[in-house]
Amino acid sequence: MSLYRAHVLICGGTGCTSSGGAKLIDEFEAQLKDAGLENEVKVVKTGCFGLCALGPVVVVYPEGAFYSRVQKEDVKEIVTEHLLKGRIVKRLVYDETLEEGKDTIKSLNEVDFYKKQMRIALRNCGVINPENVEEYIAFDGYKALATAITEMTPQEVIETIKASGLRGRGGGGFPTGLKWEFASKSVNEQKYVCCNADEGDPGAFMDRSILEGDPHSVLEAMAIAGYAIGANQGYIYIRAEYPIAVQRLQIAIDQAKEYGLLGENIFGTDFSFDIGLRLGAGAFVCGEETALMTSIEGHRGEPRPRPPFPAVKGLWGKPTILNNVETYANIPVIINNGAEWFTKIGTEKSKGTKVFALGGKINNTGLVEIPMGTTLREIVEEIGGGVPNGKAFKAAQTGGPSGGCIPASLMDTPIDYDSLISIGSMMGSGGLIVMDEDNCMVDIAKFFLEFTVDESCGKCTPCRIGTKRLLEILEKITKGNGTLEDLDRLELLCNSIKSASLCGLGQTAPNPVLSTLRYFRDEYVAHVVDKKCPAGVCKDLTSYFIVEDKCKGCSACARKCPVGAISGEIKSPFTIDQSKCIKCGACVATCKFNAIIKK
Amino acid sequence: MKSIAELEAIKKKVLDSVNLRKEREEGVRVVVGMATCGIAAGARPVMTAFLEEANKRNLSNVVIEQTGCIGMCALEPIVEVYVPGKEKVTYVKMTAEKVAKIVSDHIVNGAPVIEYTVGAQK
Repeated sequence: MSLYRAHVLICGGTGCTSSGGAKLIDEFEAQLKDAGLENEVKVVKTGCFGLCALGPVVVVYPEGAFYSRVQKEDVKEIVTEHLLKGRIVKRLVYDETLEEGKDTIKSLNEVDFYKKQMRIALRNCGVINPENVEEYIAFDGYKALATAITEMTPQEVIETIKASGLRGRGGGGFPTGLKWEFASKSVNEQKYVCCNADEGDPGAFMDRSILEGDPHSVLEAMAIAGYAIGANQGYIYIRAEYPIAVQRLQIAIDQAKEYGLLGENIFGTDFSFDIGLRLGAGAFVCGEETALMTSIEGHRGEPRPRPPFPAVKGLWGKPTILNNVETYANIPVIINNGAEWFTKIGTEKSKGTKVFALGGKINNTGLVEIPMGTTLREIVEEIGGGVPNGKAFKAAQTGGPSGGCIPASLMDTPIDYDSLISIGSMMGSGGLIVMDEDNCMVDIAKFFLEFTVDESCGKCTPCRIGTKRLLEILEKITKGNGTLEDLDRLELLCNSIKSASLCGLGQTAPNPVLSTLRYFRDEYVAHVVDKKCPAGVCKDLTSYFIVEDKCKGCSACARKCPVGAISGEIKSPFTIDQSKCIKCGACVATCKFNAIIKK
Repeated sequence: MKSIAELEAIKKKVLDSVNLRKEREEGVRVVVGMATCGIAAGARPVMTAFLEEANKRNLSNVVIEQTGCIGMCALEPIVEVYVPGKEKVTYVKMTAEKVAKIVSDHIVNGAPVIEYTVGAQK
């Protein structure tokens, strides 16, 4: 293996691939060849760097130059200027890394987006080539598995995980070590280890990024789990909608088998472990553990009552543990660095870090990993770079359709499992959607309810019918037909669905409604009593008007209006015919004088 | 994989090739002036010679970088060697032939090759 003087790391995650990253690899290789640099500079396809908003991302080492929004046309300039002549192309470098008046660039760790992050689960994402097991090994890969099966007893592995305080990263936050212990105590010849990669929350993509950027970390952890509980077979349940992740997992499994890191007699011991992939069709309910296992068994993905818990009676009736992708990604590091190291990170009851997918009205859309206990303010304002266009922060939604909204007044709440639940939200898998003053909270609640109504499997009545009725009330409110009694009815119905539903989907489905009712009741009241949508989102409650003083009578809006609702004399104020207006907002975008307002 | 030793062997083999991507403070930096003047004077063969030499000797603790014009165009190709804790050493009028000596004497054994340095000129 020869030494290269420079490495060009190109993000091959889904985010950057969709913004044109896939073309860059071929282009770099072609341009390097043209410049005669192909034996000096290595091109590596990596996983996600996290700053998806600036994709496609290219990082050049040894300088660590972080190029953002690189297009195919820019490649030649990077090759001829940076790689041939050693001059960093400042035009394309992420501007936060530029230092005024200096030729050098700042290290990424000094940039606001990365400064407060601590990458444990994402440690190899954007660093290694996920399709090369040897690079994973170079970064301490499979060392934890070797240590576990050659130097530790299964009980010691479980004790280490228990002592680390690691809790499930999929949403519920159940202590991982305890789950493993239950399964290890269940006596059975056959046990299973499952990985829940059925990431379904709208706006969450951390599991996908881990699988795309560092698939071996999950395989290694599953093998460790298998050793701990006495299982020889693992299954990864992943949605078919993640084609890149599926492909890289398959490559990783094949390579691990080829190197004898999976299979028979691993590291010369009598421990054998194999992993298979099972593709899901993308039903949200299959992220629920019992539904997931039912789906692996080949049945329709529907949950069943617990107990018996999977640790006692899981896949094909055998003791099974099921952990989330991010949970697994933490395991090898805990074994390598020890439980005590892990307990020093985070808060008293929530140890370690959590990955969040930042989305919505925020500048730095992307993936961040922060120690537990970081406040929402730090995430949104410092790491996320704040709300764009000078708008005011209104709320953050965590936990997807199962979570709730956190208002601006609670921005200083430290983020961990328990404090999020105490303010009516939940960690969930880690989607974090930021909303500004232009978002209507009733509309947000309606959006998530539409999702759960669609995704409810229909097995139990409270969820199937209850969520539908909830949605109908919300629709009534957004149309301006709601009454104050409807708000009480909403609350009552929410609580009934919560307590009577069969699985987590139904039990948490009312959370978006409950939390918006709790923190933004005034907005509901405005819809119901004043028949107004303060944010101007609900179409039935908003109208467009032309301000006479500002209108110059240029007729630009009238020409743009698709339904001919605007009329008037040139050079005198125009008017909108409310009976014709479809509230599309096209006129607002056209007016150069800001003369059209929404009320 | 039958033993931990096998795993370690792979790690050792690959580590050198990925070392570049780690944040590191220590290690030797070899900086080659690669502006128009440097390239015209023959900086590229010098740089490739450094790469080959580092490869041959399996040096994992060396990074070879480029920079722009160092300012003494008449003395190009110029190479600067930074050893942690020591003052920078500037070599001038470099050729590919001089590289092996710099790598063996200076980078490996810590004794700068005075005769090639800027101070020895004139």
